[in-house]
Amino acid sequence: MSKFHSIAHVLACTCLLAMATKSSLAIDPPAAVLQAEQARIQTIDRAMRTAVCVFAKEGSGGGSGVVISPDGYALTNFHVVQPAGSYMKCSMADDKLYDAVVVGIDPVGDVALIKLLGRSDFPAAPLANSDLVRAGDWCFAVGNPFLLATDFQPTVTYGMVSGVHRYQYPSGTLIEYADCIQTDASINPGNSGGPRFNATGEVIGITGRISFETRVRVNVGVGYAISINQIKHFLGCLHSGRIVDHATWGVAVSNSEGHVLVANILETSDAWRRGLRYDDEIVAFGGRKIDTANAFKNVLGIYPKGWRVPVTYRRDGKERETFVRLTGVHGEEELIALVQKAPKQVPQPVPKGKDPENPGQPEPMPKSGERPMPRQPLPIPLPKLPGAEAPKVPAEAAKLLKARPGYANYYFNEMHRDRVWSAFKAKGDFSSAGGEWLLEGELAGGGKLTIKLADAASSGTFPQGEVTLDATKDLDQQLGPTGSGGLLAALHLWRQMLVAGPVKFGGASYYGTAPYPGVEGEADVLAAVQNVAEVNFVFDKSKGRLAILEMFADPELDPCEIHFADYRDEGGREFPHKLEVRHGDSVFAVIELKKITLSSAKKEETK
Amino acid sequence: MIGFRSLAVSLLLAASALGNAWGQDSLADIADQAEPKTVKIYGAGGLRGLEAYQSGFVISDEGHILTVWSYVLDSDVITIALNDGRKLEAQLVGMDPRLEIAVLKIEGTDFPHFNLDEAVPLDAGARVLAFNNLYGIATGNEPSSVLHGIVTAKTDLAARSGAYETVYRGPVYVLDAMTNNPGAPGGALTDRRGRLAGILGKELRNSHTSTLLNYALPVSELTQAIDDIRAGKSRPAAREENAKKPKEAVSLALLGIQLVPDFLERTPPFVEGVRAGSPAAKARIKADDLVLFINGRIVQSCKLVNDELMFIDRLDEVRLTIQRGQELLEVTLRHED
Repeated sequence: MSKFHSIAHVLACTCLLAMATKSSLAIDPPAAVLQAEQARIQTIDRAMRTAVCVFAKEGSGGGSGVVISPDGYALTNFHVVQPAGSYMKCSMADDKLYDAVVVGIDPVGDVALIKLLGRSDFPAAPLANSDLVRAGDWCFAVGNPFLLATDFQPTVTYGMVSGVHRYQYPSGTLIEYADCIQTDASINPGNSGGPRFNATGEVIGITGRISFETRVRVNVGVGYAISINQIKHFLGCLHSGRIVDHATWGVAVSNSEGHVLVANILETSDAWRRGLRYDDEIVAFGGRKIDTANAFKNVLGIYPKGWRVPVTYRRDGKERETFVRLTGVHGEEELIALVQKAPKQVPQPVPKGKDPENPGQPEPMPKSGERPMPRQPLPIPLPKLPGAEAPKVPAEAAKLLKARPGYANYYFNEMHRDRVWSAFKAKGDFSSAGGEWLLEGELAGGGKLTIKLADAASSGTFPQGEVTLDATKDLDQQLGPTGSGGLLAALHLWRQMLVAGPVKFGGASYYGTAPYPGVEGEADVLAAVQNVAEVNFVFDKSKGRLAILEMFADPELDPCEIHFADYRDEGGREFPHKLEVRHGDSVFAVIELKKITLSSAKKEETK
Repeated sequence: MIGFRSLAVSLLLAASALGNAWGQDSLADIADQAEPKTVKIYGAGGLRGLEAYQSGFVISDEGHILTVWSYVLDSDVITIALNDGRKLEAQLVGMDPRLEIAVLKIEGTDFPHFNLDEAVPLDAGARVLAFNNLYGIATGNEPSSVLHGIVTAKTDLAARSGAYETVYRGPVYVLDAMTNNPGAPGGALTDRRGRLAGILGKELRNSHTSTLLNYALPVSELTQAIDDIRAGKSRPAAREENAKKPKEAVSLALLGIQLVPDFLERTPPFVEGVRAGSPAAKARIKADDLVLFINGRIVQSCKLVNDELMFIDRLDEVRLTIQRGQELLEVTLRHED
């Protein structure tokens, strides 16, 4: 090794010398060049330590990944994890083999979050702002091409960013690559899921797929990386252990003379309720300027289901801004069915002229005027290795695995659900306040109100009149007071949750994180279905407080939102004293609580 | 302190100097400048293995575009998609069958373009950028792709005659960048400063090893041909409406040539058969010869061959440029009564 190195060194020096004497550019091998070289070596060395080589159980292929936090969370591709199942072995450049479990998956975006076990000080890669990446930038990929890392050492390939904001159509699977980064770094089967770094060693994306055409399934100078900014949007949801869906919004757009217009819109969509109509021009989405329908598809593709995204649209020359709630691309059952379908047969190289996906099938002619469709790039899994046996899942890993339909790994959902609830409970434990809650307050606009909340029935006296609620009947028929979207029902469910906690409340699960207006950073969200209503409990991470409750009595109607503020001590518990009630685009009421009486369940029993 | 500061300043200066020459910011800037000069070309194709797109680049203020001569241009409508998303219809100005290049033209002025006079020669080892729309990845207003590499050799394609089936036998830059991809031919090869150096060549596969060659034709090999094309030589067989036809024109039948059945919109004019004893037979035209030019005018289809002959008096000589395999032949036929 050292011999080889010294020979290489001599050769390199000779070449440098030769270049220096010949080229007029090289004025005295500039120290800066050598420094840059050293910096690059160090950057690559640092980056390699964060790379993961994934080896699936039963020898069912593998791929690459990258650790993004010291406690071992790592990113890879969904298509690497899918054949591996919930448990896999991962090697790192420290010559160690780690057990890893799947955490959450984003099958549409082809991303999976896994967790390596056994350390709390894993070298973790910093994440870049991938919107700053430009064509022409240097980059490098680290990974496990052809599963070469049998010595645990990952492979580095250097390249250039060839294009940004690329959109790749779903290739006959549910996988869609939106807003991805195209590079010419050599990418081969096994590189899947590995990190793509910028020249300073920050992760700009996760290697996804490569284009194949006239060649076999090896590098052809085109590799795509899923942008890290997209993954950042999904990361909070991936931690939830869920199968995370991408988003849609019930609006079809089309190009029209350099503008992007609403060509079709569902009247049941949130976009419609927020005021968008046919022929409105989409100016910006998620803060990004939209100039073509393709660019729009790119931007829509980077959001998870359930997020609220700012939209700017123009009508009659006037710009308007709103927030639109995004719904899922797939139905819940549909997504689970798609994910749990047997993995697709790995396409094998086929003779020239054959479509690897449809051998023998003629390729359809593009219709005139249509965007000519390049052959679809394919995800790049590795075929199953014959003869390998399934290792037993070690006990340490088994502890972190919990199967449940609809989840990649329910263990992490429970973990975060309990984390969020514990943080909240530390500020106020309402489990002993199972009796009637009497809330007396004033409305900001004037007027008083009294609200009584209890398990079986709740009631309220509002300036509009008396409202009652029978908890044994469907809540969507009891949405008073009028215009609130169901304030009494929302308050009723709020109390139920606070008293019972997420487990007893009924099927409350951890959604993940999402941005909410008025909440710093991304909020933790617990989602539950109670009676017929869907409820989101939105927690301010930094404060551990319940910031917002959203109650959807009907998915096609605006929810009743209660924004809780002015948390103050109330008998040893933090309790909100200001409740802003919103419905649709308007504020229904701002309530100042003046007197709060929380009875315990025992007391009620003794009555 | 001062010493440290001046060291820091000189380091910064060195770094910025490097930045201009090799630094990543400058490469992104260079890409930004070159992308608007690179165009996406859409035409005929779409059948298996024949993509209906290729690359090209603008070489004049008034919209001349250099690309490779291929089946993609065998179309009544050739569409150019510019970097800003504009889609313009291009006219074929002319082509050179030996170099397998073509010049197209779009209407307009002030196009960002590569100036052929400023093209640079490259040596082996030179670092290069390749701007092209491989796989048709970019559409609309998306910039084409940029790949990096070095010139691994400057050599003559003729050196591998027989291995690579190509008409062109001149010098090429062999590249380590993956430029031999569908859609890439016709793209621009530049040096690391974005100065034009060559045009990415057509797909070239070694018939022995089935490997593909990544290569580009140096601009210096092309300038004369491009000047000729722009000067009106090798122009397509389009005519003014009131051009006069001779009373008795020559015809394929008189020359003794039978072309393949004309069943496509533009059937390439391959010779199906030659009548024994005919002028074509005397000129040793054979079946499977492809007629490229008649009297210096491009004839891309059977129909255009017939049309062109209608303008030639039966007593005048007919000069044909023919492609036979990878050979180009010039033959002169004269009908004798």
